[in-house]
Amino acid sequence: MNKTLLIFRHEFLHTIRRKGFIIMTLTVPVLALLAIGIFQLISTTSRPPVIETTTIGYVDEAGGFDHYTTQGHIEMVRFNTTDEATTALIDGDVSEYFVIPSDYMSTGVINRYTLERQLETPPTIATVIKNFLTSNLLEGKVPADTVYLIESPLNLVVTRLTETGEVAAEQGGYGNAIIPGIFSLLLALSLVLSSTYMVQGLGDEKENRLIEVLLSSVSTRQLLIGKVLGLGTTGLVQVVVWLISAPLLLNLASSTFGGFISTIQIPANFLILGIFYFILGYLLFAALSVGTGAISPNAREGQQLSMIYTLLAFVPLWFSSILFIFPNSPIWLALTIFPITAPVATMLRLGVSDIAAWELAVSIAVLVLSIIGILYLAIRAFRVYLLMYGKRPTWGEIIRNLRSG
Amino acid sequence: MIAVEVSHVVKSFADKVAVDDLSFSVAQGEMFGLIGPNGAGKTTTIRMMMDIIKPDSGSVTIFGEKLGEATKNRLGYLPEERGLYKKLSVLESIVYLASLKGMDRHSAAEKADELLNQTGMLPNKKKKIEELSRGMSQIIQFIVTIIHDPQLVILDEPFAGLDPVNTELLKEMFADLRNQGKAVILSTHQMNQVEELCDRILMINNGHAILYGDLSEIKSRYRGNSVFLDFNGKLGEIPGVTNKRTHKGYIELILDEETTHQQVLAHLVNRGVVIDRFEVATPSLNEIFLKEVGKKL
Repeated sequence: MNKTLLIFRHEFLHTIRRKGFIIMTLTVPVLALLAIGIFQLISTTSRPPVIETTTIGYVDEAGGFDHYTTQGHIEMVRFNTTDEATTALIDGDVSEYFVIPSDYMSTGVINRYTLERQLETPPTIATVIKNFLTSNLLEGKVPADTVYLIESPLNLVVTRLTETGEVAAEQGGYGNAIIPGIFSLLLALSLVLSSTYMVQGLGDEKENRLIEVLLSSVSTRQLLIGKVLGLGTTGLVQVVVWLISAPLLLNLASSTFGGFISTIQIPANFLILGIFYFILGYLLFAALSVGTGAISPNAREGQQLSMIYTLLAFVPLWFSSILFIFPNSPIWLALTIFPITAPVATMLRLGVSDIAAWELAVSIAVLVLSIIGILYLAIRAFRVYLLMYGKRPTWGEIIRNLRSG
Repeated sequence: MIAVEVSHVVKSFADKVAVDDLSFSVAQGEMFGLIGPNGAGKTTTIRMMMDIIKPDSGSVTIFGEKLGEATKNRLGYLPEERGLYKKLSVLESIVYLASLKGMDRHSAAEKADELLNQTGMLPNKKKKIEELSRGMSQIIQFIVTIIHDPQLVILDEPFAGLDPVNTELLKEMFADLRNQGKAVILSTHQMNQVEELCDRILMINNGHAILYGDLSEIKSRYRGNSVFLDFNGKLGEIPGVTNKRTHKGYIELILDEETTHQQVLAHLVNRGVVIDRFEVATPSLNEIFLKEVGKKL
């Protein structure tokens, strides 16, 4: 067998048998199954929760606000004077009260009194008071249905059409973003984990001089390419396990939870592009880790150095809230094209908005070129720094040696 | 056939010249000693032979060609500091590293059994490397070095950290390798081991060659004109002996320039002296080294 393949095989089998890798790969489906199981257990053993009714008081100095005192779970009790209302509040008979002043019809001012310190009036309370006032003001003037419409006039139903005018298969929304969001987080975590393996493995081989035995059998190129491909393939195994388990779990979850979960979809292009970016991401981080392993005197210092690019992998996740608000922000273009952030950023974007074909093409081209370029430099650096046990090169030395190496 | 030809190699690191214009060759079927104190340049020389680092100038050929993938399969290397994959089992480690030397997994496993049996390590075959003692893992590493039947074996400080029993075991295995016609290079600072095992030597210090050639020829070159004698009877005056030094259990006779050891022996036999020990005083390699280094200082 070709020696690169032998190293590939060894690295692949060695990594997939690591406890960390197995836990990381199986955690996702197992945790999801557990969550579904626990939910079912709780929902079959517990009674439906009793929703408590809240009582709030009001003083009607303007007059005419007598009806519609039950709004959802909130009951409104009328008091004749503010003193009575204050006493009831202090005694705990009402949780708060409001006063409709006599000049309300001209000013629209409502005074609210509460014992709690709040930043602002809770939206439910504000809505309840608003609906109470609206209903009473319109009583007898317009039909009851119209009153209801005035209180909540907007129930927006959006349909996305294709360019030919048909209803699009993917309708967008948060349901579409969930799976890509989870996968991008998992990818970032996996990249950190796999980089750790690579830097640790190379550091150990350098520290215990096994590297000399390996290099007396194979060339630096065979060794490093074998390692990078081995790690890349473990990435493929991981993503395939997750992608196979995701639709099964989603079916199970939507039949259990219903509601929002049943709206979760895996975008069609996400499957292919997701796998592609996952593998490219793994290869890039493996190449970066080989380079880091090359210039680090030991595993510990290698780990510290690898923090630089493993932290960058998380950058798209920090910006994810911006993505949801401004999906076309130029930040996203930059993150999609910059190779270290590209895999995670692209995966996140796939769930939220469409990505232009040229962006994908540039992003993939930059990624592939980066992988080749970094691997090429790493192989050179590896040879130069192989025997620098315990000595940390300066950045100047690294650049000089890469030129001459 | 020449197994290794090193010709005028020079290697400098940032602050010092590690190997300076070194040339030597090693033939098949010989045990060659690469000796010198720590930091002399032995390991750097070996790494250049292994193509792990490149010389600044000069050339290295292995079996007449530059080191390539095919040549790498014909050599076995035991580095100075040992390491194996701690989490792998003994057998997995041996088979993987043997496969990188071009062996197929099946024959590697068979040969591993044979060598493990020969070294008494067969019961540990399924143990993880991290469960073995230091001496045991060194034996495993030695098995890894020779399992693919290499024509050239390079051993860097092979006895470091070994107990006397394992040291003897390895010595026997080295002798077997030589008897099978393989070239064996033994690099060490323990000169007594080299005296016992090697046919030819290269002694280096500060990257320079100090002595190179046949071990017995070198030793005879440094032989002083004196003999060690343990005897019974009366010694009296011996012609040609200029001085006598008494050591514990024997005396040393210093001869003048014209007198040979044979003449002294003949004289003693004629005089009827009962001789228990008569030995031409030969300096140890260590003494020769100190003498040579002293010259250079």
